[in-house]
Amino acid sequence: MNRRFALPFLLSAPALLLFVGVVLVPLAMTVILSFNDWSMNRGIVPVFTWKNWREVFGDGYYYGIFFRTLRTAALVTLITAVFGAPEAYVLNRMRKPWKGLFLVVVLAPLLISVVARTLGWALLFGGETGLINKSMLGLGLIAAPIPFMFTETGVIIALSHVLIPFMVLAVWAALQRLDPQVENAARSLGAAPAVALYRVVLPQIMPGLLSGAIIVFALAASAFATPAIIGGRRLKVASTLAYDEFLNTLDWPLGATVATLLLIALVAIIVGANRLIERRYAQVFQ
Amino acid sequence: MSRNGPLALAYHALFIAFILAPILIVCWVAFTPLGYLSIPTREFSLRWFRAIADYPEFVTAFRSSLALAAISSTVAIGLSVPAALAVARHRFPGREAMTALFLSPLMIPNVVLGVAFLRFFTQAGLGGTFTGLVLSHVVIVFPFALRLVLASAAGMDRAIEHAAISLGASDGAVFRRVTLPLILPGVASGWLLAFITSFDEVTMTVFVATPATMTLPVRMFLYIQDNIDPLVTSVSAVVIVLTALVMLLIEWLYGLERLLAGGGRLETP
Repeated sequence: MNRRFALPFLLSAPALLLFVGVVLVPLAMTVILSFNDWSMNRGIVPVFTWKNWREVFGDGYYYGIFFRTLRTAALVTLITAVFGAPEAYVLNRMRKPWKGLFLVVVLAPLLISVVARTLGWALLFGGETGLINKSMLGLGLIAAPIPFMFTETGVIIALSHVLIPFMVLAVWAALQRLDPQVENAARSLGAAPAVALYRVVLPQIMPGLLSGAIIVFALAASAFATPAIIGGRRLKVASTLAYDEFLNTLDWPLGATVATLLLIALVAIIVGANRLIERRYAQVFQ
Repeated sequence: MSRNGPLALAYHALFIAFILAPILIVCWVAFTPLGYLSIPTREFSLRWFRAIADYPEFVTAFRSSLALAAISSTVAIGLSVPAALAVARHRFPGREAMTALFLSPLMIPNVVLGVAFLRFFTQAGLGGTFTGLVLSHVVIVFPFALRLVLASAAGMDRAIEHAAISLGASDGAVFRRVTLPLILPGVASGWLLAFITSFDEVTMTVFVATPATMTLPVRMFLYIQDNIDPLVTSVSAVVIVLTALVMLLIEWLYGLERLLAGGGRLETP
């Protein structure tokens, strides 16, 4: 009996040891670091101070960066929902070989290096290879090239591309649980296609859409490579700010404060949103 | 079931073009015969692919990424198989908390993990070492390995194990000859997903890697930050093609849709 009780602990002990040692301890050390002092000459000074936290909360510079981070993430979430959900719906209505094939085409970019995908956008946005501006100018849609590189617009477009597969996947999963006959029933009872879509299909895929939105928001708010490459050094977001503090300015305590704040904000938003969704759609999860 | 109308199909075509455009342009520009970024139309050249060989930074980074991904995904799978069996088959105090801890790297932003690892490894004397890099990658790929092994362990028919035991097989023999073969598809695809995740990871690694232990995505990222030239597009094209080959392997082994639906998030952009 004793052996049976100990078995699961023995089996998971190696992984547990690693996670306590290499996840919990470093995270605790980061939080502690955010309360340490730092100066150009002395480096990290191991004393307790609120200095970094006061600086991050008191200075409009940091405030602006966090606001930009959240705004970008919110817009990316909205764009991926508006464009990803219809695509999942269209995919779901396709026939056998095409359905699977295009689902793979939409999801496969998730496995391709983010740096390579972002490089693609950098190429499409500007210079000799800037096909977007070239074709829009050629078609006479715009009079002057739109600046995409080093702008929030560019970051939002590239991030939406990087993250939209998650939204398609989440809505797709919700559509799999949906009985197609329900929509047909609405149609046969005289509902127009748009009405059936809006009043029958949409409410049922809402939980999937919202859980996709949480994933996209969390990943957009903590995105690093895409805002760093497309946004450049000036257009900072929380994660590129933390990077600069750690590897350029070398003010580790301040960088640790930014990272801790990002973690707290994201965990609060994710947990809060999850609670809301579960309460609102309790019947769907039962 | 009703079919898609022409409007829906037109939307679909635009969507697929949007998804593929940035990936295709990288591969296209990589074939430019010119010395600067341009879209080749009449002449295509392999000069920028040959040029990769002249840049040892990319070649060593590629080797180091391969070694790192192979080692860390193997260690992660080795740790996740017993942990997944514990979670899937036993009810014990702390089970929920432990599972949450194991999956936590999916929820913690990679930049936060990078900061935490940098601080920890520097203090622990592992700063800038390959060991530190492996430990950090084991942690971030572990949730992917765990999820896929868990899925196959939970779906397994335990009556087969009981039959083996009743026929006198020892615990070790049951594991080696019954359990492991049955969860092998999950283990293999978990390893592949872990491998790709590790190979592509940049956000966390940019904090932990040093010039001596530089991985390929970090090298590409730092290169792009300085300037974008055809060389980095040909390196990216190689990475894209290799990833596509691994994807075909996964599709054949396990099914890409199943893998991604169960794998959740992959890497931070």
